[in-house]
Amino acid sequence: MTSVGVTAQTAGKSAARAAARRRDRGSRAARVASRRPGWVTYALLALILAISIFPLYYTLLLGSSTQQEISQRAVPQWLPDLSLFDQFATIVTTSQINFWKALANSLIISTTASLAVVLFSTLAGFAFAKLRFAWRRGLLVFVIATMAVPTQLGVIPLYILMTDLDWVGKLQAVIVPAMLCPFGVFWMTQYLSSALPYELVEAARVDGASMFRTFRSIALPAAAPAAAMLFLFWFVMQWTMFFWPSIVLSSQNPTLPLVVEALQGNYFTDYSLVMAGVFLITFPLLVIFAIAGKQLVAGIMTGAVKG
Amino acid sequence: MTLLNAPAPARNDLDNRPPRRVGFSQRLGRWDVKFSPYLYISPFFLLFALIGAFPLVYTAYVSVHEWNLLGGQGEFVGLQNFTDVLGQPIFWKSVANTFSIFVLSAVPQLALAITIAALLDQNLRSATFWRMGVLVPYVVAPVAVSMIFGRMFADQYGLINAILGGIGFDPIGWHSDRLASHVAIATMVNFRWTGYNALILLAAMQAVPRELYEAAVIDGAGRLRQFFSVTVPQIRSTMVFVVITATIGGMQIFDEVRMFDALGMGGPSRNWMTTVLYLYDVAWGNQKNFGRAAAVAWLLFMLIVCIGLINFYLTTRIAAADGVRSSRRRRPKALLAQAPTGAGAPVPPSARPPSSPRPHPTPETDHTHGGEGR
Repeated sequence: MTSVGVTAQTAGKSAARAAARRRDRGSRAARVASRRPGWVTYALLALILAISIFPLYYTLLLGSSTQQEISQRAVPQWLPDLSLFDQFATIVTTSQINFWKALANSLIISTTASLAVVLFSTLAGFAFAKLRFAWRRGLLVFVIATMAVPTQLGVIPLYILMTDLDWVGKLQAVIVPAMLCPFGVFWMTQYLSSALPYELVEAARVDGASMFRTFRSIALPAAAPAAAMLFLFWFVMQWTMFFWPSIVLSSQNPTLPLVVEALQGNYFTDYSLVMAGVFLITFPLLVIFAIAGKQLVAGIMTGAVKG
Repeated sequence: MTLLNAPAPARNDLDNRPPRRVGFSQRLGRWDVKFSPYLYISPFFLLFALIGAFPLVYTAYVSVHEWNLLGGQGEFVGLQNFTDVLGQPIFWKSVANTFSIFVLSAVPQLALAITIAALLDQNLRSATFWRMGVLVPYVVAPVAVSMIFGRMFADQYGLINAILGGIGFDPIGWHSDRLASHVAIATMVNFRWTGYNALILLAAMQAVPRELYEAAVIDGAGRLRQFFSVTVPQIRSTMVFVVITATIGGMQIFDEVRMFDALGMGGPSRNWMTTVLYLYDVAWGNQKNFGRAAAVAWLLFMLIVCIGLINFYLTTRIAAADGVRSSRRRRPKALLAQAPTGAGAPVPPSARPPSSPRPHPTPETDHTHGGEGR
């Protein structure tokens, strides 16, 4: 402030003031753009977070109440208690529900489908991004166009196909359709075309590496971050999927969402049990999310449209 | 990487080398170069032929035949299935329900998502924590969401009605009143997808050049003014994208309505039966009529395309009216030429819609990305 005052005296008041104002404004603008937000922002975010998490907490509350309590009060208690574990035990051991089988099935379906999507997408993405071949561009446009095909259009023929293959009730009826992911191809193409320099591919070729060797030693490591994100996406998608498995799978060979449906169907008066089941099927994904949520967030954000 | 470190052959080695013979290994190498790309892309295309293209064509074939779940293919009936479906009041009711639920979910969802994104688009402490927080609902399966909210929206002893009662309102018949059931179902959809969309919009917001905000501050713009005059026009293409994917997802709602009550058939008078649930009922429920269900699938598809086009038109108009038209002229070949972090790489559109096994955006989605450049 003193320096401004000194300048004002020596070089004429108005000019100095204008200069000071300009300086001040410029720095203020930069400051405003980078300043920390106030407590209101954090309060609002905390509220949103609470709303995001509350339904899961509520599930635990209902799961640890008795059926009678639920039918009398909206909020039977404010803290979950140990009876929750009795409910878990009931779900896990009831033979009608096939919980362990469903857990294994969900794991198998989500893992194999996601691995296949990552592998196929990386292979195709590498070819589209870095190799030269006839109709490359046309085929890539075709892949993108296939993203537009709505699946509910094909559900009935797909079911007929599964019947003909005698796959109804078997896991491959869910896994094979889940391996198709045009978005994955598109995403890998985009990623590899920027993350993998042509020079690297050419160097490998000059050194005498075969195409597959080049893919394995050059493209695959470069694709790893994008592959991890694609895997996470697809894993969550398959884990939470209900429509198609509910059509082709049976209660003898279910996935976890089908277990919840069975719980509601068989025990629909016992909401306590149903809610414990809801939490049980969500829990594995919550664990994965706690471990890899950062990557998932980053994946959604890099995958998103930046205008 | 090891290949990079391999020592390059010395110059004089190259000169002294004996003339090369074209041997088998080299022919093999040529085939390798020529056919490998096709080999690499073939898994996708084979799968697409089996899982994507074939059912697509076959649906049309099934829809013009009499076709029963148990009996299989019957005789050719032309457009009979379509006229049958169009003559069903339940079909029209399902379309109205779908549309109503879609509007009730898409509008608040976008408004909320953009607000949350604006909150997150600040210089936050532990930003990743907050971002992960808003994404938590995304890992809860729609079926589970439906069960939880179905309980919260219970007509008797439900949490929401208890709260309403606590502040002096009459309880609402979330399962008996048609509009109320739509609101409840839309809430489930919003719960699961708002945070996800917020992150997509956040990504777009973070790409807005900071100088624009500094310039706006110098011009004396307040927070709100900055948001509407800088942020909103700059993230226009992303908003279009979110709206389109929300449309496609909204039109395919199934899980939430199926699990909203224990019977799963859309309520006592089909008050919340959506079109996909109707399709399911026709094919695997009481009628077991595949021909008719295929016709429903086609009609639903046409509906999605129509609403998608209307939405696309409206959003581009509204967003364009906010000004900053120069953004429309940037980056000509946006669709194929960008990096993954660039303007056009979408969120997995297949990951977006809530209810279908492998939902996909309609063509205009891609058009959106490409169209950004025009």
